[in-house]
Amino acid sequence: MFPELNDLLNASPDRAEPGKLTLLCDAETDGSFLVHHFLSFYLKADCKVCFVALVQSFSHYNIVGQKLGVSLTTARERGQLVFLEGLRSAVDVFFRAEGEAHPLHFLREAKAASLQPLYEFVREALEPVDQREAAWKRPVLLVDDLSVLLSLGVGAVAVLDFVHYCRACVCCRLQGNIVALVHDSGDAEDEESDVLLNGLSHQSHLVLRAEGLATGFCRDVHGQLRVLWRTPSPPAQRGRSLTFQYKIQDKSVSFFAKGMSPAVL
Amino acid sequence: MAAEGTSGPGAWSPGSVAAAASKHNVTSFQRRGPRASGTESGGCRLVSIAGTRPSVRNGQLLVSTGLPALDQLLGGGLAVGTVLLIEEDKYNTYSPLLFKYFLAEGIVAGHTSLVASAKEDPADILQGLPAPLLDDNCKKELREDVHNDETSEFNSKMKIAWRYQLLPKMEAGPVSSSKFGHYYDASKKIPRELIEASKWHGFFLPEKISSTLNEEPCSLTPGYIKLLQFIQKIIYEEGFDGSNPQKKQKNILRIAIQSLGSPLWGDDVCCTKNCDNSHSLTKFLFVLRGLLRTSLSACLITVPTHLIQNKAIIARITNLSDTVIHLESFIGSNRETNPLYKDYHGLIHIRQIPRLNNLMYDVSDVKDLAFKLKRKLFIIE
Repeated sequence: MFPELNDLLNASPDRAEPGKLTLLCDAETDGSFLVHHFLSFYLKADCKVCFVALVQSFSHYNIVGQKLGVSLTTARERGQLVFLEGLRSAVDVFFRAEGEAHPLHFLREAKAASLQPLYEFVREALEPVDQREAAWKRPVLLVDDLSVLLSLGVGAVAVLDFVHYCRACVCCRLQGNIVALVHDSGDAEDEESDVLLNGLSHQSHLVLRAEGLATGFCRDVHGQLRVLWRTPSPPAQRGRSLTFQYKIQDKSVSFFAKGMSPAVL
Repeated sequence: MAAEGTSGPGAWSPGSVAAAASKHNVTSFQRRGPRASGTESGGCRLVSIAGTRPSVRNGQLLVSTGLPALDQLLGGGLAVGTVLLIEEDKYNTYSPLLFKYFLAEGIVAGHTSLVASAKEDPADILQGLPAPLLDDNCKKELREDVHNDETSEFNSKMKIAWRYQLLPKMEAGPVSSSKFGHYYDASKKIPRELIEASKWHGFFLPEKISSTLNEEPCSLTPGYIKLLQFIQKIIYEEGFDGSNPQKKQKNILRIAIQSLGSPLWGDDVCCTKNCDNSHSLTKFLFVLRGLLRTSLSACLITVPTHLIQNKAIIARITNLSDTVIHLESFIGSNRETNPLYKDYHGLIHIRQIPRLNNLMYDVSDVKDLAFKLKRKLFIIE
């Protein structure tokens, strides 16, 4: 959790707003620091988190999480965190034929039609089973990242359906939040990725877009973050938008207004 | 890849690197001893595998790519469990060199190698590896070589772009005899005894692909499925993923795959813009990375991306691999006559470096890098 980002977003772990879809988008740079931020934010806010991690292994998130002040292993043991480690499960699915209901079963199919097993997994993870679960506040689904699903043969429409189902379940019924990371391919002419990105940005309440600097590489400013607040329904005329530049340090990220990097001043 | 107590074949802990307290980062190092899957690894905290060293940045275990200059650019070496993707240059002159250096390093360091190729027999590839330069007599010749270059350059001080003179020169020659990273003589072949002493597995596609598959179709070309099954079998049988706890000596498996994605593997991603199996290569990379993350191995893949016509796939492949380097040679391009580049053979672009266990990777100061190939050295500046 980066305190500066919390101030910018006007959010704090005590009052997390319910029913929001936050879209993290990165173009030409790596936006995974935002994923770490939201993961530690929601864990500190005592929410029940279901993390679908398709890109890195559990220990990676754990080590970075420790730098940010949360321990994923304890959260997992306590039941606060349900972690789906995509890489490890992919090996299981691929080599030892697991049953139909495995969340990553689409890896074995030639044309993955739907992500229903994955949705069922999320639903089971986040639904309160019995009264004991009332200790956690609202449920949160975190996905890192959705563009990998496109690379694995799932169509953009199937991914959008999956997000829609999750929104209906998590945001509306369970009053929780969803945070998802999508890569913007820029000029790489990836139509499916564009469809996915456009579809999701119309549905989301908050869009955080990490971009590289227009002028190229700089050692002191790692990129630019654009924050866009929206109201999807009814679609308002214009959302509020702010732009910041950031520099990633060892344990946190510092944000500053454009051109106001401490290295320049 | 830290270890976990609960789940099955746990990943490996890089051991207590308290001894390697570095000037960059003093905080995240002191790892507590008893955190681990002490069940499998038998309480061996300090993982000292030959030919590896822990990273000073994030405690990852690193192996050398065979080129000390490249190791320096990648932040010390290639992390175990990651994929190094090399985008081949147009005429495929220099990327086989990096491929061979990687394998030669594996043989010299005593790692197990797995060579996969669709066009050359792995045994032939191994015969053609460059010989390692061992310290005694070769060091003298190299020092002369480097010295000649330096004297001629010292005399020409820069007048206009004098700021560049302050930039650090990258090291060109062998500095010290270390067990991590060796130099190779491209003109001599590796001695046969070394190859025979080392353990290697070969995967030559035309031999393996004989029968039709009787499994369900899963949109991976048969060549890729066979390769994945072969790799998984080796990892499992030789215990690289910790499934055989009786193994006394832990070792690293180096996987080197040549020209993945080329039509020789049966994949038509290079041939047409809208191909049927467009997800074959990306799925392969995903499952391969899953295999690597759960075992002690490192992988180098060369891909002829200049042949892939669908740019979206190149972007997806880049996102799915950990480190991506692009070689651009000057042969046949108009840069050959450019006086700026007259000493060099090509450019190296580092497209992606992974951020493992960290929010950020080590950013090197210099971004424009060119390489030149000498008889005994591959220099990157």
